[in-house]
Amino acid sequence: MQEVISGIPLVNYIYISAALFGIGALGVMVRRNAIVLFMCIELMLNAVNLLLVAFSSYLGDTSGQVFVFFIMAVAAAEVAVGLAILIMIYRNANTTDTEVLNQLKW
Amino acid sequence: MRELLLISGLGVLSLFSGLLNIRKGFLLVVIVGLLLNIGFSIADWNGNEDVYGMMLMDNFALAFNASFSALAILWFISAHSYFNNDNNFSDHFALVLFSICGGLVLVSFSNMAMLFLGIEILSIPLFVLVGSDKTKLSSNEAAFKYFLLGAFASAFLLFGIALVYGATGSFENAKIASVLAGGSVNQLALAGMLMMMVAMSFKVSAAPFHFWAPDVYQGAPGYITAFMATVVKTVAFAAFFRLFSSTFASMQFEYKVLFAIAAALTLLISNITASVQTNVKRMLAYSSISHAGFMMVTLLCMNSGTVGILYFYTLVYSISSIAAFTIFEVVRSNSNGGEDIDTFKGLAKRSPLMAAVMTLAMLSMSGIPPLAGFFAKYLVFTSAIENGYLWLAIIGIVASLIAVYYYFKVIIAMYGHQSDLAKIEVSVLHKLVLIVCALALLLLVVFPNLVTGVLG
Repeated sequence: MQEVISGIPLVNYIYISAALFGIGALGVMVRRNAIVLFMCIELMLNAVNLLLVAFSSYLGDTSGQVFVFFIMAVAAAEVAVGLAILIMIYRNANTTDTEVLNQLKW
Repeated sequence: MRELLLISGLGVLSLFSGLLNIRKGFLLVVIVGLLLNIGFSIADWNGNEDVYGMMLMDNFALAFNASFSALAILWFISAHSYFNNDNNFSDHFALVLFSICGGLVLVSFSNMAMLFLGIEILSIPLFVLVGSDKTKLSSNEAAFKYFLLGAFASAFLLFGIALVYGATGSFENAKIASVLAGGSVNQLALAGMLMMMVAMSFKVSAAPFHFWAPDVYQGAPGYITAFMATVVKTVAFAAFFRLFSSTFASMQFEYKVLFAIAAALTLLISNITASVQTNVKRMLAYSSISHAGFMMVTLLCMNSGTVGILYFYTLVYSISSIAAFTIFEVVRSNSNGGEDIDTFKGLAKRSPLMAAVMTLAMLSMSGIPPLAGFFAKYLVFTSAIENGYLWLAIIGIVASLIAVYYYFKVIIAMYGHQSDLAKIEVSVLHKLVLIVCALALLLLVVFPNLVTGVLG
């Protein structure tokens, strides 16, 4: 496994993580469906996971991989709360489109 | 360590409060627990306890632990009706206590993992609490916005942590600081620091990342807004300061100018927008953002003196905020749920005590001389000028002048108008909170050095 990761130059990992992160961030800004927004957030977090694993492998230091477990656990907790909020919205508004969320402005 | 065990223990206990049949006096249990927590902080003073290389209980952490515990006690007393009114009693207590637990981790972290976990432990219960008014769509919307932007900011924070890890090979703050201090500026580390700065600006609601705050503050139940504007804000600023004053201290030249611009933007945008608000809750939200701007100024003049100023500022601001939000909630619930500035009309007749304390809080927030808020702002401005940011001090003074306008709108509504609504009976616990807040605002003027000297 070590050789597989190290076979590709580190900078490529940084590029692909940055690209994934950017796609996720862009998605959060332009998409309107709440479920898709959640997936975009997950994409951003997984970009970070990839970056951490790559760095960890290149530095020969396991703490980066342990950090990935923290991120996974917290992301799961976060999404659980997020989905609960979404269900609450669906019960009141009958849709998961974020366009209905326009009560608060200015 | 024992501080953390105590607060998380309280949180777990509250989950079982129904089972153990201690629901009636649980508020008292929590208050005693938090007082004990303050006692622990005093007992551990100068101890520098290292918790498995993850947290460091230095004086900075203990001082902020004591201050936010004291604020949390005031908040718990003021919010007692929030816990009484529904059948989610133990959930609400547990969520708030776990959130405070995250706050304790945030003020004492010495490893990036704890910074991340602290922010998440602080925020995730808050997402639930913000949406705890389940049938109201505005509360749902606030929870959703808070959740989405909180998760978004966390992702930025994590990407920043990953880049800094790649550049320095460590998550430990002290090690990162020594690696960064040794070499020339590393591009990866610089990018990482910038992303962490963006994430922390989201959390403290500093411009240009403040746009979520007014919506969330307005939509959340009033007492939860008070909690976010006081305890959470104090903790977030402590973490911000801790991160940039130690770990990234060697990158001061790169980040100082960004902090200065962010502070100036925050001060101007928030105060100008606040002055056109008619909803008091939203106005208080913008005022909270504007105070974030003043606190940002202490971040960019990082030397031994400014930490005391930040400490004093967060304390004074939080005390006046708790008073203002408590009064807002009491008035709202006694005026058919109205949140407009008109509901404050004639408050001087309806409840002289609340009108007087609200006036004190507003005067203190706008920085009128004999009150604690004046000293807080004065200290911020002098530290800005001493560090060569005269232009920022001038912007701050202009912003304070604009702020006087909208704070006085409330005072004029209370004293200058009549109301045909009935008198308001203030409960004993609310009276207690208001009197303590008023006394604190008056007494901190006499002894500002006592507070700033704690961390000086």
